Amino acid sequence: MNKTKLSAVILFLGPSLIVIFTFFFLPVIVAFLMSFTDFDIYALGNLSNMRFVGLKNYFTLLNDPLFWTSIKNTFYFVIAGGPLSVATSLGAALLLNSKLIKYKSIFRLVYFLPVVTTLVAVSIVWRYIYHPRFGLLNYILSLFGIGQIDWLGDPTFSMPAIILLAVWKNFGYNMIIFIAGLQNIPEELYEAASIEGATAWQKFKSITVPMLAPTSLFIGVITMIGYFQLFAEPYVMTQGGPLNSTLSIVLYMYQEGFRWWNIGYSTAIAFLLFVIILIGTVIQFKLQKETE
Amino acid sequence: MKKYLVISIAIILGVMTFLPFLWMISASFMSTGAANTYPPKLFPDKFDFSHYQNLLTRLNLARYLLNSLVISLGVTFFSLLLNSMAGYAFAKYRFARKKRLFKFLLSSMIIPGQVTMLPVFLILKNMGFINTYFAIIVPGMASIFGIFLIRQYALSIPDSLIEAAKMDGATELQIYFRVILPLCKPILVTLGLFTFMGTWNDFLWPLIVMTDSSMYTMPVALANLMSEHVQDTELMMAGSVITIVPVLIVFLALQKYYIKGIMMGSVKE
Repeated sequence: MNKTKLSAVILFLGPSLIVIFTFFFLPVIVAFLMSFTDFDIYALGNLSNMRFVGLKNYFTLLNDPLFWTSIKNTFYFVIAGGPLSVATSLGAALLLNSKLIKYKSIFRLVYFLPVVTTLVAVSIVWRYIYHPRFGLLNYILSLFGIGQIDWLGDPTFSMPAIILLAVWKNFGYNMIIFIAGLQNIPEELYEAASIEGATAWQKFKSITVPMLAPTSLFIGVITMIGYFQLFAEPYVMTQGGPLNSTLSIVLYMYQEGFRWWNIGYSTAIAFLLFVIILIGTVIQFKLQKETE
Repeated sequence: MKKYLVISIAIILGVMTFLPFLWMISASFMSTGAANTYPPKLFPDKFDFSHYQNLLTRLNLARYLLNSLVISLGVTFFSLLLNSMAGYAFAKYRFARKKRLFKFLLSSMIIPGQVTMLPVFLILKNMGFINTYFAIIVPGMASIFGIFLIRQYALSIPDSLIEAAKMDGATELQIYFRVILPLCKPILVTLGLFTFMGTWNDFLWPLIVMTDSSMYTMPVALANLMSEHVQDTELMMAGSVITIVPVLIVFLALQKYYIKGIMMGSVKE
């Protein structure tokens, strides 16, 4: 077949490429350049107030205790929340893939509902569920003899509270991908293992886990990328507190950039976030290769 | 024995997932102060609709609903048009460096959106778009993920159909509107659903570009409402219900398209 006429290519690709260039690629480049300037509220009024400061923003960041706090909190969220979320997804997928359960579509729908709801709205709902005196969670825990916990007011419990909300909100999404992965595993593998007398755990370990490896890598990567971008939950529930215990990287970036208009500084934070995500993704791919 | 264990775990997980919704809905119908009791009540003593009335009249929520609706529909309409044109071109057109361009676009998806936010804000400010619907609609008119989704689907359209239309003298635009778009209907529904719900639920971007309270979207309005009414549990729950219900209705009506989209997005090249 011949080449398509250039005019048609431009007509069909042009509009979307212009949008993507103007609002994605160009801003990435501009942001990178701005991270080497002292762009602030004065430069916002008059561009001549902006100066090139080299790597100063990055050096300042490395000595900024608040930035390190946001890094520490975000890693806490990713490292504890990510695997917990993926494990819950896998558990739910195994449940729904089990032959013992009827009305699967109803269970699937219920598990999936939090995914499609508005994060801000459910964060507000959970804020009240976490209420130390009247909250549903402390009431349920009290039935098991666990005393009153000030979930969002105590720096020890604030991040676990946010993780619990995030797992509840997200696990249904990865569950769907896991179910698709489980259904692609040939039934004969399990039958053959059964004939050889393998236990359920052995079958899980030597058939399910390896066969799910590509799915797990994909889920691991998208979950990690998403979790590094933690923002709305702490914004709505704790404003980063108490004692900055839930200040995330994106929340700090938002505060520096859009509250104090330290734009140069804020873009430097955004780029460090990008570098962290990039390194995390590479590590996951490497780990996956090594286990193969 | 094992069967009952599995069923009980499934039910417990289901109850844990659903309980927050149940509490949200019933608290929204309780009269002021009734949700702050110990032990917490799961059902209202009597149904009180005053919070919904308050929100929609005195607190201007109808306006925010309209904002969210216009913005979400606007983004959905334009992005479906632009993404489907580009996705089709990447699937079926032959031109130099096509593969390389597509790979470049895909690999750039690793860059988190937060990186672009400050420059995009400044660009929109220069265009005079801050505090207008355009501030959300214009940057959302095309997305790499959307182009990817359409392309994957359009690859399966047989070339012979396009050739036949060409034989009949159809122009490129006629082929796109009369042959390609009808064939792509399922994936357009899927992508439209993703886009509509994603835009409706988005928080960070509208928070940044809508600083004038009359332009707030529902999530921004809700977060703002809470800073003033944090003690009014029942009112806040009613606000949450109003925010969630529209996306929930859309999702329930088109569930299977959404699920298919998740699986397509997770298929590796």
